[in-house]
Order: sequence, then C-alpha cells, then structure tokens
Amino acid sequence: MKITFPHMGNTYIALKVVFEELGVEVIVPPKCNKNTLELGTLYSPELMCIPFKITVGNYLESIKKGADTMFMWGGRDVCRIGYYNTLQRDILENLGHDIKMLCVKPMKSIREIEHFLEKLNFVSGTKNYLKILKSFIQGLKTLCRIDEFDDLVIKIRAREINKGEVDRLYSNFKRDINNGKGYRRTMEIIGQYKKKLLNLEIDNNKEVLRVGIVGEIYTVLEPFINHYLIERLGNMGVEVHRSVTSSEFIREQLDFIPFIKSNKHDIHRASEPYLDTEIGGHARHTVGNTVIYSEKNFDGVIHLLPFTCMPEIVAQSILTVIEKEKDIPILKLVLDEMTGETGYLTRIEAFLDLLISRREKKSYEKSISWS
Amino acid sequence: MPIKVGIPRALLFYEYYSLWISFFEELGAEVIVSEKTNKEIIDIGVKNTVDEACLPVKVFHGHVMDLKNRVDYIFIPRIISLTEGEYICPKFCGLPEMIKYSIKDIPKFIDTTINFRKSKKNLNRTVMEIGSYITQDKKKIKRAFEIATEKYNNHRMLMETGLLPNDMLKKDFLGEVPQPSKKDKVLLLGHPYNIYDSYMSMEVIDKLRKHGLRVVTCDNLETDVIDEKAKTLNKKMFWSFGRKILGTTLHAIEDDGVCGIIYMACFGCGLDSVIAEIVERKVRRSSDKPFAMLSLDEHTGEAGINTRIEAFVDMIRWREDHEDNLSTYR
Repeated sequence: MKITFPHMGNTYIALKVVFEELGVEVIVPPKCNKNTLELGTLYSPELMCIPFKITVGNYLESIKKGADTMFMWGGRDVCRIGYYNTLQRDILENLGHDIKMLCVKPMKSIREIEHFLEKLNFVSGTKNYLKILKSFIQGLKTLCRIDEFDDLVIKIRAREINKGEVDRLYSNFKRDINNGKGYRRTMEIIGQYKKKLLNLEIDNNKEVLRVGIVGEIYTVLEPFINHYLIERLGNMGVEVHRSVTSSEFIREQLDFIPFIKSNKHDIHRASEPYLDTEIGGHARHTVGNTVIYSEKNFDGVIHLLPFTCMPEIVAQSILTVIEKEKDIPILKLVLDEMTGETGYLTRIEAFLDLLISRREKKSYEKSISWS
Repeated sequence: MPIKVGIPRALLFYEYYSLWISFFEELGAEVIVSEKTNKEIIDIGVKNTVDEACLPVKVFHGHVMDLKNRVDYIFIPRIISLTEGEYICPKFCGLPEMIKYSIKDIPKFIDTTINFRKSKKNLNRTVMEIGSYITQDKKKIKRAFEIATEKYNNHRMLMETGLLPNDMLKKDFLGEVPQPSKKDKVLLLGHPYNIYDSYMSMEVIDKLRKHGLRVVTCDNLETDVIDEKAKTLNKKMFWSFGRKILGTTLHAIEDDGVCGIIYMACFGCGLDSVIAEIVERKVRRSSDKPFAMLSLDEHTGEAGINTRIEAFVDMIRWREDHEDNLSTYR
C-alpha cells in the first residue's frame, strides 16, 4: 500500500510523520504547481471551488508516482467539502484509476476519534492500538510545532536585516524535512532550524505593519493558491498573522478533551453581534477574527476566499459593515484558477500604501492632540 | 389597520408561497408580495449585493428593495434546515445578515430561525414565534397554521397532477392549464427559484411548451417516490433540494416517457456545481437521454438560451423521426 494525501500548506509534514511512524509507504504529492492546477481543472466540474480542483490535481500526480490509497479530510458540513470524496472517487474511477479512498470525518467526540484510529489501523495493518494512538499524538504534536515554527518565520521575515535570508533558510528547511523520515528526525530538523532562525540578524526597532489574514482555510494555508501572499507580505516588511491554521483547526475539534485549549469561544464571542450561528465553512471565524484584529489594533485585514465559496460570501457582506464600524481596512481577494498575479500584487501594494498613510496620519493626529 | 407583511417573490417563495401567504392572511395581516422579477428589480439587487453573491440572492435583495417602503415587516426567515438531517445552501442561513448589512433603512424583519436538522419537534415553537409578530393569540396562530398547512398540501397535490407553481401564480389561473397534446416529457431540473422565476429563467418553461413538449419538474413527482429513489444513492445527499433533484433524475432515467433532461443552474452556485455534475454523470452512464445544462446569470440576452433550447428540441425530434433501429453494419 502506498498512501497519499492532498496538500494544504505544511500539513503534509504532520501526515507524513503519522504514516511513517505507522510504517506505511508514503507518497507526498509534488508541491502544488501549474501542472497540478491544469490537471485538476481539466477533470473537475467547471464551477467547483479551487481547493477541489487542486486536490484532484494532487491525486493524479501522486497516482503517477505510484500511489494507490488516498487519504482525505471529509467534513460533515453544510458546504461542498462533504461531497469532495464522492465526486473525486468518481472522477478518478472514470479515468481508469483503481484506488482506495479513506475519508476522515471531523473529530468532535471520542467516538469519532475512534473512527479515525480505526482508519489508521486499516492503513497500518497492525492491531496495536497503542502504536496507532502514539503516532496519532505524534502527528498532532508535529502539526503544532510546524505552525509555531511558521509563525516565528513570519515574525522574523518582516524584520530581517539581510533580505532573503529567511527565505533561503526556509527552502533548506523544506528540503531537509522532505528528506527526513519519522517523528524524531522531523522534530530534530524543526528544532535545528528554529535555532538558526533565532540567530539571524533582525531589526527589533523596525516599525512593521501588522496585517491579519482571515478567510477559508485552504486559501489561507496553501501558498500556491494565494500567490505566496504570506511570503510576499513578509518581504515587504509586513508582519502577518494567520487566523486559521491547521493546528488550531484540529484543536477546535478536540477541545472537548480537558487539556486541549482553543480560541473557538473567543472567536464566537467576537462574532456574536454580527453572526451568531454556524453557517458552514469558516464564515464565523472570518467575522470573529476580523473583530478581534480590530480590537488588537491591527493595521488591516486581508480576506481570502475561493471563488463561489458560499459561507465566505455571507461573511464578506458582513465584513463591509465591520470595516466601517470598527474602522479597519479590509482587502478582499477572491482566488480561482487564474494565475496572473500582477492584478493581485497591484492591489496588495495599493492596500499597503493605504495602511502606511493611515498610520502616519494617526501618529500625526496624536502628536497634535498631545501638544 | 392591519399589519402589512411583505414577502419577497424570490428564493423559497416559489416553494412555500401558498403556506406563507395563507398563514399571514389567516392571522389578519395584509400580505404584500413584491412585483414579479423585472429589469429594475435585478438592477437594484445587483447594486445592493456583494459582487460574489449568486444571481438568486441578488434578485432577493432587489425584491426586498421593492418592498421596503410599503410594509411594516419583511418575512426573511433564517432557514438552516427544512428536513431532518439535511441542510440547504449556507447562504440561506446568513440571509438576514446579508440583507441587514447591505440595505439601509429597512423595516423590521421576521427572521425566525427555521432549523429542523435534529428533529421537527420545534416546529410548533417556530410557528408560534413567527405568529407572535402579528398577534399574541396562540389559538389563532395554531388555527392559522392548520389552515395554511391544508392549503399547502392541496397545492402540492395539484402539482402532482402536473401543474407548476408559475401556472398557479398566474392571475387568470382557473385550476387547469392546457397541456400540449404531445406526450413527450422534458424534465426540467434546478432550484425552484431558478426555474419558476420566469424572468430569470427567460421563460424556459413556456418556450419548451411552445415546442409541443410537456415540462415536468421535481414538484410533479410524489415525495415518496423521490425519497425512495434518493435512498439508493451510495452517499446521502445532504442538501434538501439536491436530494429532490437526484431522486427525480433517477426516476426519470427509468421513465421512457421522459425524452430529455435539462438542468438549469445558476452561475456561481455552489450546490449546482456538485449536483449538476452528479446528475450529468448519472444520466450519461445509465441512460441515452439527451442532457443539456443551461447556466443563468445577470445577462439578459435571450438568443443564446433560445438557440440551445431549439437545438435540444431538434435533437429530441430527430431521434423520433430518424431512429430506425437497424444495425449500423450493412
């Protein structure tokens, strides 16, 4: 059995660890690229959202590399994600690929975690539940460590003195991770690079813009589809905060377990005046996090959504009001299979200019009122 | 003076208008339904909605704009789920918010949450909550709902005989619509708010009828039949309308009287992108019936739709005329 899974940012590192610890052969699909996108759009329904298309592309590229089992997050939601695996299986079967699909549901209770572990049991072929549970926990730990590491990268990138150092370090990190195997080695690499990262020269007094990123999880986390937005903003000297990460996503599911904490309740509280019900996807998070960012005095918010994403459209119509009421600029970027990035870049640059001049204006106002 | 309740003629109006109108009328309110969809309503709706929303939602905004200066309350329920274990489009759950934050100076909403996902137990409470906007008399609300339900059931029975909502909404409706003499049935699939809104759908039903075809939709089929067919799907469809559409498709595939299937989708509709794909795959795999997919958006040029309908009808007719069932190897 050769197992594969779709890409979503750095989530693959954790999945790789889980399966490697279980002793299954893992095929990591090639990093999302133009070919992935083209393959995906060719075989997907026309008006489907972009995560679906890229995922199909990932599968096809993995199959080419020899994979025969797919691992996929299923979701049990109001939105389209609940139908991903059925349609994708149909598409792959039509193309003549005989593959197995393992679909994982959300883990909101002990029973559902058990289901998940049973799936892992099937994959690994061992009946040793202790081993399965151990690798599951190791996967979760890796996920958290990776996200911590990424947050640190974002912080340092905005303040680095020698331009490009962080990016170079990061690409080396990716190379080592891909070559490394197993939980222990992965953690070692993360620790090693964390040290290197902290040794880089940074300008601590630099005034950086702070921008929050909200929106649909896939578009926030997958750099290929958001045109490497986080990296780009960092290199423009902006400190970015990602409101949704995969570790936080998992934590929110598991927070019925006493020692796991998540920000879910804060987010729900913040979004309550505008939207107080779950409408699927990440709409409630988008609204709540935007409010939280404005309370934390962020300079601006960027809202990412795939074209035709139903829950985010509702959130978007609410954001226009929050923008006025909370006085925080919001830039909306709708992402689809168009890869011309100039349009996006122009808008991001204009947005940053706006944020800079707002900041200047504010400090000016302050100095007047104090004199 | 009676309380004026406005009901926008859009979205689920086409599914539930008989229930809603008679319920509010029995309560003693004056019901005002917005004008039929027209150019102004669409234009004003497009202007007042976020760009990415789909056409039906934009049209809904237009209808609310049409009503807003004429009524005391606008009926915009927050619909999360209509049937146990099922959902409808997430945009319906956020509809009251979308309207509230996109349109200024708007009268009060009746925005009761309708959520039967877990069970229908809270039906009574939901009805009472909606009724309490008009009257505090609980008996009256109960009675009104009973009468309205009866009317709604009658309405559904009438549809099972082959009538469509937009026939019954016509002013000169007398209880019967002359159906074309030919028996060829064309199955028109899609969300009710797309296919029954004659302006949005560019009168597709009338156009097909003019070609001598009989138009049937999901509503002409008994719910039991649909449910049974939908059960045979290997993954349960969790959108109510999607389940109806798929169940009807499966039934139509086996029905020899159905000579063609048209799916009317809306550009940018998340549900249609999935449902239409499944329908198309099912039809292509297990039948040889012609299948066409028509997409709607804000554009009003009719020629494109006309051409495609004509081509579709030609295809059906030529099959009848030229099919000789002879072996191709001669």
